[in-house]
Amino acid sequence: MQTDRLLTGVLRAGAVLAALVMLLILCFLLLESWPVLTGLSVFRFLTDASWHPLEGAYNLMPMLAGTLLASIGALILAVPLGIASALFIVFFAPLHLASIYKRLIELLAGIPSVVFGFWGLTTLAPLIGEWQPPGASLLAGVLVLTLMILPMITITAYTALAAVPKELLQNASALGLSRWGTVRGVALPAARTGITAGVILAAARALGETMAVLMVAGNVVQYPESVFDPVRTLAANIALEMAYAMGDHRSVLFVSGLLLMLLVMVLSAMAGLLEKRRYA
Amino acid sequence: MPETIPLQTKQKIRDCTAQGLIYLAVLLVSAVFVWLLTDLVRGGIAHLSWAFLTESPHDAGRTGGIASILVSTLLILLVALITAIPLAWSTAILMAEFVPVESNFGKTVRFSLYVLAGVPSIVFGLFGNAFFSIYLGLGFSILSGGLTLACMLLPILTSTAEAGLRAVPDTYRLSAAALGISRTAALIHLIMPAAAPALTAGLLIGVGRALAETAALLFTSGYVDRMPGSLLDSGRALALHIFDLSMNVPGGDNAAYASALVLVCLLLSINILAMKLAYGLQRRKIMT
Amino acid sequence: MTIDTNAFTLGPLEAGPPCCEPQTVIQVRNLSLHYESQAALDNVSLDIYKGCITALIGPSGCGKTSFLSAINRMTDLIPGCSVDGRILVDNEDIHHPKTDVQSLRRRIGMVFQKPTPFPLSIRRNLALPLNEHGVTQTKEVIVIIKKALQDVGLWDEVCDRLDAPALSLSGGQQQRLCIARALALNPEILLMDEPCSALDPIASGVVEDLICRLQGRYTIVIVTHNLAQARRIANYAAFFWVRERTGQLVEFGRCRHIFESPRDALTAAYVNGNRG
Repeated sequence: MQTDRLLTGVLRAGAVLAALVMLLILCFLLLESWPVLTGLSVFRFLTDASWHPLEGAYNLMPMLAGTLLASIGALILAVPLGIASALFIVFFAPLHLASIYKRLIELLAGIPSVVFGFWGLTTLAPLIGEWQPPGASLLAGVLVLTLMILPMITITAYTALAAVPKELLQNASALGLSRWGTVRGVALPAARTGITAGVILAAARALGETMAVLMVAGNVVQYPESVFDPVRTLAANIALEMAYAMGDHRSVLFVSGLLLMLLVMVLSAMAGLLEKRRYA
Repeated sequence: MPETIPLQTKQKIRDCTAQGLIYLAVLLVSAVFVWLLTDLVRGGIAHLSWAFLTESPHDAGRTGGIASILVSTLLILLVALITAIPLAWSTAILMAEFVPVESNFGKTVRFSLYVLAGVPSIVFGLFGNAFFSIYLGLGFSILSGGLTLACMLLPILTSTAEAGLRAVPDTYRLSAAALGISRTAALIHLIMPAAAPALTAGLLIGVGRALAETAALLFTSGYVDRMPGSLLDSGRALALHIFDLSMNVPGGDNAAYASALVLVCLLLSINILAMKLAYGLQRRKIMT
Repeated sequence: MTIDTNAFTLGPLEAGPPCCEPQTVIQVRNLSLHYESQAALDNVSLDIYKGCITALIGPSGCGKTSFLSAINRMTDLIPGCSVDGRILVDNEDIHHPKTDVQSLRRRIGMVFQKPTPFPLSIRRNLALPLNEHGVTQTKEVIVIIKKALQDVGLWDEVCDRLDAPALSLSGGQQQRLCIARALALNPEILLMDEPCSALDPIASGVVEDLICRLQGRYTIVIVTHNLAQARRIANYAAFFWVRERTGQLVEFGRCRHIFESPRDALTAAYVNGNRG
């Protein structure tokens, strides 16, 4: 009994420490961005003429737009492809092909973002550049992000579809529904919350992704006029400027980190609520 | 005249279109990924050799190898695991074995880790720079990089371990209790060994995450590509090396390809191993 | 029932005292048990006699298993479960703050419905609880293991593969291993929760026979749904019934009385197969 009590004590200490990490991160982000949050008007992030941190111009909006555009573009491409891939694995593929394809997707989920970025930089961007220079552009960023979040969407959609009770599907077939009729009428609605949660998590991942986008998107701070214009995302901006940022500039970078984290936290809270509702 | 087309034919057309589109999507995805992988292999294999793995980089990495990079990567990984595993596993054991799911303590810890899991890696980088490098004065070092990664690995290590422990049948706990075995002893002799494959699989997934990480290390472990002399030296991780070679070193593409190939091979073997463990686990569950 | 006598041989068993002088080992007084707010057992008082087999019979949900779990305080492990009333084992209150649960559970062995061998070797299954209770000398441990396995008739079947995984044994062998595991701790009392119901008829017969042979040496409390089995093996029987989802003790007495001349009409209906 005494050892039990000792053990729970030690474990509890470990758990408390682990839980405190999140608090610590929040504290330090706030601490570092405090000078700017209190010293500067928040509206300056919206209304400053441009992003010239060395001259004290801190307009974050173009980069926020770049971040959102890249993520939305990637979702537009990856959601249909991912759901189609999951449907293929669960309903349409012959058995051995399904397992091979699933393996492929799982392995791709393990490829690091820097490798995707590197491939985009050496292969994708020059290819786009031949067609519409300069190549390093919003489009390249979108494509690389698509590749990165596609496995995630596929795997969550697959899990949700595979969890649809077999009886439901058999019943649908017994009612004379065709394969696509079963999929669209029964399987997809039944798996809807799970798939949505997966898509939201993928969106969070896309918003926070740094390296891949940094390497292919061109990193010019501007509102893009077409998909072939280079853009800079918030995360890429942090990675680019952190090395030499001082004073207010550094604080603004922490503010953008905080902003990024809040965006991602809202999304993952949404996904969490959906998951909870699924099990409720 | 759509009325003249019978319903069944219309359905058949719709079914075929849907199926065709799905096959097309799968083909597209597979083609792109095969393209990516062949590109990597073709670009990397030419430059890859034993010497590449055992020599240190020269001329900013254009020539020479990645020996010092591999050592730094390994050290960062070790620091991260040694810090994260005790915390993560004790949290998991507490959550799975001792604390009721609905208790406030359990809910708080779980919520905190859930939020932590969603934090983007660049934000971990910011935090690591502010806390470990500057506040704790560790500077740009393997130690700060490793500790930052440890924070990042906590959620994944905890959740995989907790799931593994929960998958151990309750009968073991009950019969151990009925034999008057203390919970500590049951944990050490029965439950942890039974959950070992799951714990290992989770550990491997964590290792994979750590190896793939770049953004969190940018301004914590730094860029220095020399062989690290101590944990307080700056050391460049493999993923960061690829980034640096391709972005900042003109003419570094060959070395970058080779490094990328090494990294991808490492990650693939780790992932395959983790998957094997997980599948084996499932099969065993079906058998008993 | 025909029993394949080749399936096992019983080891030497010491004869226990005959079960004729009722000597109380466990006194249960006004035991009530709640899960959250739902009462599972209401005001049960019962004596368990030394060296005898007491069978607990009754329909599903009448609280037999809850009663059994209360005796070795396994109920502590069920969240939301509260126990009122007193249980004395050898005149010691098991709920006394000074009572050590672990040594209580060593003195009161328990066998579950489904065989629950640990995913370890046969040897380790028996050695682990022994080590936990301070028997660490390898020689001593192997002597105890051998005796326990002989007692359950498993020694001849497994003596040449003690290091094989316990999960490789058949269901009946696993259950006997679990009984041996409990016996190795040299308990005074054995609690058995339908130990035969998850086994095939032949294995069930072997285990039943084993339980009969343990009579006298151990005080056995057994939950069973099989009335014929209770009649065959038990000295005493306690009949539980469920009213409004709460279990209560209807009648307790010598097995023969319960089955042949029950005082309560409900008992009579149940043992004759008219109710339940």
